[in-house]
Amino acid sequence: MTFVVNAVYLAVAILFILGLKAMSSPVTARKGIMQAGLGMIMATAITFLYPNHEGSGLLFFGQGKTINLILTVIAIAIGGGVAWWLGKVVKMTDMPQMVAVYNGMGGGAAALIAAVEFARHENLSPVVSTLAVLGALIGSVAFAGSIVAFLKLQGIMKKTWRLPAQNMVNTVLALVAIVLGAAIVLLAGNPALPAMLVGFFVLSLFLGVILTTPIGGADMPVVISLLNAFTGLAVGFEGYVLGNPALVIAGIVVGASGTLLTQLMAKAMNRPISNVIFTPITGEAQAGGGEIAGSMKELSGMDAAAMMRYAEKVVIIPGYGMAVAGAQHKVWELTKILEEAGVTVKFAIHPVAGRMPGHMNVLLAEAGVPYDMIFDLEEINDEFPTTDVALVIGANDVVNPVARTDKGSPIYGMPILNADKAQSCIVIKRGKGAGYSGIENALFYAENTSMLYGSAQQAVAEIITAVKTLV
Amino acid sequence: MQDLLFIYIFVLAAFTGYEVISRVPVILHTPLMSGSNFVHGVVLVGAMYALGQAEGPFQLTLGFLAVLLGAANAAGGYVVTERMLAMFTAKAKPAVTTGKEA
Repeated sequence: MTFVVNAVYLAVAILFILGLKAMSSPVTARKGIMQAGLGMIMATAITFLYPNHEGSGLLFFGQGKTINLILTVIAIAIGGGVAWWLGKVVKMTDMPQMVAVYNGMGGGAAALIAAVEFARHENLSPVVSTLAVLGALIGSVAFAGSIVAFLKLQGIMKKTWRLPAQNMVNTVLALVAIVLGAAIVLLAGNPALPAMLVGFFVLSLFLGVILTTPIGGADMPVVISLLNAFTGLAVGFEGYVLGNPALVIAGIVVGASGTLLTQLMAKAMNRPISNVIFTPITGEAQAGGGEIAGSMKELSGMDAAAMMRYAEKVVIIPGYGMAVAGAQHKVWELTKILEEAGVTVKFAIHPVAGRMPGHMNVLLAEAGVPYDMIFDLEEINDEFPTTDVALVIGANDVVNPVARTDKGSPIYGMPILNADKAQSCIVIKRGKGAGYSGIENALFYAENTSMLYGSAQQAVAEIITAVKTLV
Repeated sequence: MQDLLFIYIFVLAAFTGYEVISRVPVILHTPLMSGSNFVHGVVLVGAMYALGQAEGPFQLTLGFLAVLLGAANAAGGYVVTERMLAMFTAKAKPAVTTGKEA
């Protein structure tokens, strides 16, 4: 039986790797998740036939194991069922925080596996207990950090606070956790162990909270991706503790690919990962930045409609504001009207538009915008000088020219969409306040920029009505 | 030897993970993150194993929670990824010829 189970685990590992590979190309992506899904079903099913330690029977069907079997089935039904249902009903705009939550659950599960193993064995071998401790630490950080990320993205936790000497506190806490973890490994069998373990878990969870709380704004996707890689690592380590190759392979593959993905994202924002964690973007950090000259000009929906109707080329820059207002369908409607009137319309997507890289593409795809109208930053940035109207909808930091010009600004160096270089620029914005990161936007004060205030949904509807009278 | 074999697996899996997703287009960053989030949902298997061996109320409770969270990771991760990717393939077909998502 051991052989059969392990053979199935190998097949599962192969399915996971092929699935991930397929998911990195748009053509095969759908097939990829289905392959991986098949792998997960196989892995779960075969685990019910796991042999017991003596090799004389099955783990779940031995004497006195009925309670374990029943609890397992109930836990899978509840956990899987609720998560499945939530995943089905959640709005497309809320996807990033759902990924964060599910990732946190995986990290929590890995930490709990370590907890069970420590409770079961008084004396784990040093190698096993080292990896169990590491997995527990990383898993707990991923769990607590992901919950904080969820609360922030969901808008439940609005404030981004930093402790005085935050980096010092982080470092000290991390060191204490590591020392405590080392003590747990070295003092195996010591009567003080349970208390130390409790302290270790509490500290690890707290570390996850305190690492994530100061991070906000455009850095959020990078953090979720990093925590995702963390969970992968934790799963891999606990896989070693349990002697389960499927966990090791899947966990480490995710750990490595997640780390690479995090780097790619951070690079797209021109912010090293260390900066994301140690010098988060906050509004106050702008003290050194220069004052922004000029004033904001307002225009009506009719003016905006006329400008675009008689333009040759319009580039639409959607941001999270558009997604929140659920305006993507209206925007697509406006696009179709403009195209019929002979205007060339393109969509420009910043790598971190939305709350995660690629999030905006998903939202536009949902509304029906075809691929060939959507352009990446590098593809379209040179086109802005020949663009008549750049229409910015609910985007802010990703079009802030301060990132190019003001060395004192916290977002200095982040690549931006050069909407300010278009002939004219229309910004749809809900109010006059600063963006998600709390930084003033020089684009809004520029000579060729006009502001159209209102929710994206309502403002675009206004433009559509006006444009229809001009066609 | 057993330990060394696992280190082999660690190292090779790390290279595989790195290799598998290099050169991925930006548009797929979110679905891919979500997809890899689903893959580490295999932690469910480890949680089941832990719960299967658990004895006494304390261990059973910890194991139960582990399976609960692991199952949520796997099921939720799948649904969310599937929903994102379903949209991609449906609309991608007509634009496949452009081949310009880099």
